[in-house]
Amino acid sequence: MSAAPTLLSTARALMARDARLLWRRRGDSLQPALFALLVVVLFALALGGERDALAPSAGAVLWVAVLLAGLLSLDTLFRGDAEDGSLEQWMLAPVPLAWLVAVRTFMHWATTSLPLLVATPVLGELLYLPRDQLGLLLVGLALGTPLLSLLGSVVAALTVGMRRSGILVALLALPLYVPVLVFGAGSIAASAQGLDPTGALLLLAAGLVLTLVLAPLAAAAAIRIALT
Amino acid sequence: MNPLLRWFHKLGSPPYFDRFAARWAPWGYGLGFLVMAVGLYGALFVVPADYQQGDSFRILYIHVPSAWMSMAVFALMAVYAAIALVWRIKLCEILAMACAPIGAGFTLVTLATGSIWGKPMWGTWWDWDPRLTTELILLFLYLGVIGLYNAIDDRRAAARAAGLLAIVGVVLLPVIRYSVVWWNSLHQGQTIRMFGESSMDASMVWPLAWMVIGTKLWFLGALLARARADNLRREAGKAWVTQVPEASR
Repeated sequence: MSAAPTLLSTARALMARDARLLWRRRGDSLQPALFALLVVVLFALALGGERDALAPSAGAVLWVAVLLAGLLSLDTLFRGDAEDGSLEQWMLAPVPLAWLVAVRTFMHWATTSLPLLVATPVLGELLYLPRDQLGLLLVGLALGTPLLSLLGSVVAALTVGMRRSGILVALLALPLYVPVLVFGAGSIAASAQGLDPTGALLLLAAGLVLTLVLAPLAAAAAIRIALT
Repeated sequence: MNPLLRWFHKLGSPPYFDRFAARWAPWGYGLGFLVMAVGLYGALFVVPADYQQGDSFRILYIHVPSAWMSMAVFALMAVYAAIALVWRIKLCEILAMACAPIGAGFTLVTLATGSIWGKPMWGTWWDWDPRLTTELILLFLYLGVIGLYNAIDDRRAAARAAGLLAIVGVVLLPVIRYSVVWWNSLHQGQTIRMFGESSMDASMVWPLAWMVIGTKLWFLGALLARARADNLRREAGKAWVTQVPEASR
């Protein structure tokens, strides 16, 4: 009989497993970045491709592109594990379900949102994003994308019992995402008008701290409901 | 056993609740209709016109009570959902889910009347201001709860999942409540206070009180009627349901 698994050892095991699974289908991890690129291209073409028209709205368009790309990848958060029964094993595991949910959400963020963050300067260049806004945009996204992932984990957990969730995920996630978008894009709009953007960033950081504690608990409760 | 406590336990039984709801739902509708009729009469014919807004301010007597109800119903839904999650009371699941469509209706009325009021007063049907935006998000939350409840096959699991969403959504309520205080808003600030001095003239307040009570009574009627229908649907096939005259039709 081996020693009981600790929080850290289960986290290591889960992250190693997720990383290995991801590496075997490495093409999938590029999908969110590719989707964001498509959104950016469509916006640029719809606005006529003029620098004067694109530059003022570039920050907002990038926020929307990142948000939509995250929404698209939400369904994969627990779906595979629900289908092959791993999620039931999570519930039986001797560590809290919320901890496993938090680790999984972190891995999901690292594999879907982090590539997007890396691609943001390139996407910004496509939209003629003013250079002085790039740093602010990256800080806002670095605070905002984990917040979106955590809120999304609650929604994904609520819909995990369904065979096809489709538009319902978007309908459930939208009300929770709106404040993040408002403050994230608002920080850029404020700095463009010469105002201080730190207030919005601090609110995003406060929201992140709060959801970091509460969202895994809510998502764990939702998984228990869906699977019992 | 304490008679009140015994009555409360009996109410959790589906046949007993069916009889209770069948008896009291018409009273809620009827009294609510009467009280709202008095309030509307006062609002449209008795109360003097506003010195700035003229007659168009009278839409307030529908807008404000339904706005209050849109938030109060959400809070009540979350309370029922929390009770249902903790104590697994089936009736509370039914009541929580019966709240959602009614609250969505009140939210829709709030947005529509506000929009109609906004056109002559602000010169625009819609403005992306904090109060209006948060109320719109509230509507989306209601729709999300209804959608989630209808998307899961097992009724009890569906009610618990949608109830959890309602509890998560409660964080929005203080944001709506204080949105006119925290941000600069086109929407006017708080003018009516339960305690202390209202900045609304006393001659204009009384129909509002009637409307507030009327919408509450009407809500109780609608809640009982909806919960009763859902209760019958869940219990379909049981022997006592075949005895209910409305269900056998």
